[in-house]
Amino acid sequence: MGEAIVVTSGKGGVGKTTTTANIGTALALLGKKVCLIDTDIGLRNLDVVMGLENRIIFDLVDVVQERVKTKQALVPDKRFDCLQLLPAAQTSDKSEVTPEAMKKIVDELKQEFDYIIIDCPAGIEQGFKNAVAGADKAVVVTNPEKSSVRDADRIIGLLEQEDIEPPKLIVNRIRHHMVQNGDMLDVDEIVSVLSIDLLGVVADDDEVIKASNSGEPVALHPNTKSSLAYRNIARRILGESVPLLSFDEEKGFFTKVKKFFGIRS
Amino acid sequence: MIANQQLITIKGTRDGLILKIDDQCAYEDVLGELKEKLSLNALLEEDRLISVKIQLGNRYVTKEQKEKLKEVVRDNQNLVVGKIESNVLTKEEASEWKKHAEVKPLVRVVRSGQVINVEGDLLLIGDVNPGGKVMATGNIFVMGSLRGIAHAGVDGDFRAVIAASYMQPSQLRIADAISRAPDHETEGVYMECGFLDEEADKILIDRLQDIIKKRPDISSFERRMLNG
Repeated sequence: MGEAIVVTSGKGGVGKTTTTANIGTALALLGKKVCLIDTDIGLRNLDVVMGLENRIIFDLVDVVQERVKTKQALVPDKRFDCLQLLPAAQTSDKSEVTPEAMKKIVDELKQEFDYIIIDCPAGIEQGFKNAVAGADKAVVVTNPEKSSVRDADRIIGLLEQEDIEPPKLIVNRIRHHMVQNGDMLDVDEIVSVLSIDLLGVVADDDEVIKASNSGEPVALHPNTKSSLAYRNIARRILGESVPLLSFDEEKGFFTKVKKFFGIRS
Repeated sequence: MIANQQLITIKGTRDGLILKIDDQCAYEDVLGELKEKLSLNALLEEDRLISVKIQLGNRYVTKEQKEKLKEVVRDNQNLVVGKIESNVLTKEEASEWKKHAEVKPLVRVVRSGQVINVEGDLLLIGDVNPGGKVMATGNIFVMGSLRGIAHAGVDGDFRAVIAASYMQPSQLRIADAISRAPDHETEGVYMECGFLDEEADKILIDRLQDIIKKRPDISSFERRMLNG
């Protein structure tokens, strides 16, 4: 029996889809059977980031409306056998899916896969409710800016009302030199406001954008910082205790966060 | 049977009259005697208004009965009813009182978009994040960071206070008064308390330790009962 993890943020454009693609890829690299579900119906992106757009035949709405079996709609990844994608529909909208239907599909997939990673749409309406319905765990993605942290806070509040484990935090697109100058919120500050456990920190990296455009998640490239960050996040999801990467030669700042991680199992 | 028994004793004090009403007889008898007594006392032909305090002892009166009593007093002369005192409360009223006098502890983080509404005092163990809101009819004590909105004395108790371990609120509200954070970025302050200053007619923030000077009665049960 696998577990379902929803990746959410409230605010749009903070990197939910990229995070989903990369966590999924990194887990697959570690040999886990992974299924990605895109619940952003009407504005699907996950297939593009994964480079699987051309292979889609059926989608989530087809499954919900029982035109096809769940397995038939799954798109296998071109690189890993153990990685599959259940794409969103592009022609319908979010009201086509209900939380109950989502839960049924996720429960079915949990029999087969080790991890189900659910990409949540932005916002707190129907799409969010659908995405959260089947999840056992949640990962909240935020950027180091105030508006994004506010929305993350709101989302965490909503997740607390769901039957779900306390969410974990990924701080995405940190720019180290801006944090140093005090122009950007630092990780400690974000964690202290949101008061949830930190799962990982990903630096702002041009490679991520390049990789997304070429349909190859950055986690596949072994040499970039962001790739390492995503792989570490995947290992932490598996329960390993991995220290946070230090971005530059700088130490003082991250030893604090490392210490924070030291306490976690 | 009751003819020769005094049901109502009238006492004059500097502040006005005190009507002490026997609590064993029927309510109708009281009304009757009250009318009679007050018409007899028509000698109080003074210009100024006289305040009357009615002491009911162990008698329970409903709202309507209370109104009727007031009416009788007001009708007869230049008397005004200041207060009606009774030793008896209904369970409902008592639990209402108690609610207003209690400190309600709450262990959680109040996040953006969440609103907490409490009767009586609120003791929050956790933070109020920006966009979150806590309201109480009494005082608000936050053991944690107050970064959102806090509204104390929602029902109009302007003597309510808001205290926090770390104070960086976007707004403080006490009764009808509102104060907000300045437009420029500011650091918060530790262990401070906001209260409504009557002279300045605005909300001031001071050291937590100094609040005893402004609100010496903050912890007393009676204050809350009377305000409740």
